[in-house]
Amino acid sequence: MHKFANPAKFNRLADIILPWIIGLTVLAFASGLYYALWDSPADYQQGESVRMMYVHVPAAWSSMFIYLFIAVASFVALIWRHPLALLAGKAAAPIGATFTALALITGSLWGKPMWGTYWQWDGRMTSVLVMFFLYLGYIALWEAMEDDEKAGRAASILALVGVVNLPIIKFSVEWWNTLHQSASVMRMDGPAMPTEMLKPLLILGIAYQLYFAVVVLWRMKLEINQRKIDVMRRIAMSDEG
Amino acid sequence: MAGLKTRKKQRLMVVSTALVVFVGAVALVLFALGGDSLSLFLQPSAVVEKNIQQGQRFRLGGLVKDGSFEKQADGLTYKFVVTDCVADLPVSYRGILPDLFREGQGVVTEGRLDDSGVFVADTVLAKHDENYAAPGTMPKDAAACAHPTAEEAQTP
Repeated sequence: MHKFANPAKFNRLADIILPWIIGLTVLAFASGLYYALWDSPADYQQGESVRMMYVHVPAAWSSMFIYLFIAVASFVALIWRHPLALLAGKAAAPIGATFTALALITGSLWGKPMWGTYWQWDGRMTSVLVMFFLYLGYIALWEAMEDDEKAGRAASILALVGVVNLPIIKFSVEWWNTLHQSASVMRMDGPAMPTEMLKPLLILGIAYQLYFAVVVLWRMKLEINQRKIDVMRRIAMSDEG
Repeated sequence: MAGLKTRKKQRLMVVSTALVVFVGAVALVLFALGGDSLSLFLQPSAVVEKNIQQGQRFRLGGLVKDGSFEKQADGLTYKFVVTDCVADLPVSYRGILPDLFREGQGVVTEGRLDDSGVFVADTVLAKHDENYAAPGTMPKDAAACAHPTAEEAQTP
């Protein structure tokens, strides 16, 4: 595993992968949005408002997937002291926080006309809001300490503690009575949705993950280069002095 | 090198144990709190079971019973029955209903029981279920009360 811990090798590998996944991301978004906005039916109850789902559900999936990504990265960073794992978590957090905010906002905008309310403190909405605060806490811990190693360790512990929230988010709609509906796609009896709706939803789900991969690689490269600059600056300064 | 290996193993043990213990503790807390205190609303059978007194404010949720919806003469007051397929509870509400309010669909209401056992609601929210379908078609699963289980069917 430590073969990939070399930042120079990582940068080279990222440069090879990036053009491909950027192309795939554009393709996935273009076809997903085409199906979502033009080539899929309205809903028998919600009418055209159903299209909010194509933005909301992939954002919610991504928010949880990225949290899991950060948690795994934190675990690896804490135990194996893998420097790139720490950076991966740091790079992913703002993306995850943004997707969580997007899920909360689009859900709220859908809720007003459909449910009749922007917000209720039910199990699903509350647990997702808690995840949003976990993201903010993780980002804040990184910023709060001068020493990157210490900051990263504190943030990683918070990320691992917050993992317990993921099953709570997923199963909140089954364990408790909530205003939020239960799962339509990932459920035991198969999707409760016609194929024409499932297609754009799944394509956009993949598009969001590809977008995440692109941005997280960019941000990790940025972090690595930033560190290189810092080191060079320090060397230059000690040479002068 | 051997020392480094053991330190990693030690960290792995400590972090994994801490995680398992923490997740277990949270699971126990959630289990101890129980479903009702963490739920947004009570279903009619829970209202009967808990013997909730009149005047106590709570949220009631369930399906709007088929054929129970009535608009009163003033044009602003609505009466309907909320059911969980086991128990029924009549509801009266004065106000504007959300777009998705329909017989056979889910609803969450907030209010109090009056002395005649009617739930007087001041808020009515529509609860959308997990079914999606194109207009003119029916979703894969029909409404919850369409197929009562043997046990439910015996309830008078």
